[in-house]
Amino acid sequence: MKNRFFRSRRKPLAATLVIAAGLLFSGGGYAVATSVVETSATEYTAEQISEGRKLFLANCASCHGLNSEGSAAGPSLIGVGAASVDFQVGTGRMPGQGSGPQLPKKNVQFTDEQISLMGAYIASLAPGPAIPEQKYLEATGDATHGGELFRINCAMCHNAVGAAGALTEGKYAPNLEGSEAKHIYEAMLIGPQNMPVFNDANITPQDKNDIITYLAYLEENPSAGGFELGNLGPVAEGLFLWIFGLGLIVAITVWLGAKSN
Amino acid sequence: MAGKDLEKGVEAEGFEHDFESGLAVIPPDKIRDPGLEPHRVRMTDKSPAKARNAEVQVAAMFLVSVLGSFFALWAYIAFPITEDLSTVRANNLFLGLGMTLSLFGIGIGAVHWAKTLMPDFEVTEARHQTRGSEDVRAAAVEIVRLADSESGFSRRKLIRRTMYGALALFPLPALIVFGDLGPPVGNTLRQTMWKAGTRLTKDPTGIPIKASDVTLGSVFHVIPEGLAEMHDHKLEEKAKAAVLLVRLPQEDLKEAPEKTSWSYDGIVAYSKICTHVGCPVALYEQQTHHLLCPCHQSTFDVTEHCKVVFGPASRPLPQLPISVDAEGYLIAQSDFLEPVGPSFWER
Repeated sequence: MKNRFFRSRRKPLAATLVIAAGLLFSGGGYAVATSVVETSATEYTAEQISEGRKLFLANCASCHGLNSEGSAAGPSLIGVGAASVDFQVGTGRMPGQGSGPQLPKKNVQFTDEQISLMGAYIASLAPGPAIPEQKYLEATGDATHGGELFRINCAMCHNAVGAAGALTEGKYAPNLEGSEAKHIYEAMLIGPQNMPVFNDANITPQDKNDIITYLAYLEENPSAGGFELGNLGPVAEGLFLWIFGLGLIVAITVWLGAKSN
Repeated sequence: MAGKDLEKGVEAEGFEHDFESGLAVIPPDKIRDPGLEPHRVRMTDKSPAKARNAEVQVAAMFLVSVLGSFFALWAYIAFPITEDLSTVRANNLFLGLGMTLSLFGIGIGAVHWAKTLMPDFEVTEARHQTRGSEDVRAAAVEIVRLADSESGFSRRKLIRRTMYGALALFPLPALIVFGDLGPPVGNTLRQTMWKAGTRLTKDPTGIPIKASDVTLGSVFHVIPEGLAEMHDHKLEEKAKAAVLLVRLPQEDLKEAPEKTSWSYDGIVAYSKICTHVGCPVALYEQQTHHLLCPCHQSTFDVTEHCKVVFGPASRPLPQLPISVDAEGYLIAQSDFLEPVGPSFWER
């Protein structure tokens, strides 16, 4: 009788304790799982870093400063991570060929090896976004989900199939066709130039893989609607119709009205 | 003769200048009627061989039409639309090509026939004045007078006035019925799903967003908590409640004193619905902090409460006052304090 009394009195207290402990662990676990500081996972050797520094001093320091602290000509590179170097130099945007509203994609000026060494040096300065893991770059995700994410997060600038779009004052969102999966991933991670950042808390690595899968699907599957005309929508289609469609109608009208010889 | 006409014309238009003939150059302001072109006989009328040629051409066009019809029939069978969507392409292309030829052949053939082989005489029709002659006009007035006197329309006041009353009132039932066709608009244009304490969640998953998730330069496309699970009226609610969440360096924000509490640590939330005609404004430039609307290029400055810096929009994007709850998730302080989207009549 006494035992049962105690048991029934302790029960709610015990339950409360269990729930509190559970909440603490699950909350803590969630906080760890959703942590958004992307630190460089790859370890670089001292030799790689010093080789990278030499390349940096020879090619980048005139704008970004001798210690990557930035200058009037270029931003600070402390904390931008190896992913930024890989994207900017790996797509040829850096070294920039001149000032303008936007640095264009051009021929890559360095070898993969050199880009990786410069990345090592920049990553050694401060923690920053690392080069993405290969498993997220193989376009093996869910293209449907990727398409939905693309339309919500990317399509307003890059166009629904990534065929580019205009921004203000000469800036533009580039065409994504032919872009390497690695560079698409890195662009979301770092937000180069005027593109905003889509960090892993917003679009998870698997979501990024889905978006890459969607873009790969678009490249592999031709449009079902006939000639794409650059996929630019009403402007290109309207121009085509005004010139060729209306031209045909004008030609027929002239023929209808002309007297037979 | 021409000179006389010109002088007359000048007088009629009220010119007060006197021209001395031989000094002023008066351009003739009337284009003279060139008359009818001389009739030109067609080759097909002069040469039987040409006529025969034309006949063959017309027949050939009709044959093209026949072939086009068969081609369209064949294409419909040869390129069936299967579950693979790309089969639509060949099906539509060849079916359309065949049907175009089939119709085009008939049209071109018929016109060519009429132009080359049918009789070729020219007809001139004089253009008449639209005003009727005095006799016709007088007769018309007489008909109306007669109708009035026979019906007694002017004379019988009682009938006339009751008829006016009946005509004025008969649309009323229709007006009342039309008024009840839809639900009343009520406050729906002024309210959205956002309430004090509603969590900001990601579009489309509905996962709540922590303030710490929103790193510098980030953009989140946001829907209110609960919208992702909605079934009825989901799109209507989303069209009003969609929000863009941006974090920019605190020192870049130029906030009005009364609105400093609306942001959280450089994180600001704005309605994504353009105040011009309601397109989703979501082209955010990270470095200039400008938001661009893709439809008509209205540009909003995120650093200054999304004031309009370019384009046809006339009002800034409404700001959603945000804050953070005890668990670190971003929440709304209230609904938008003004109606979102384009202007409307009672705004």
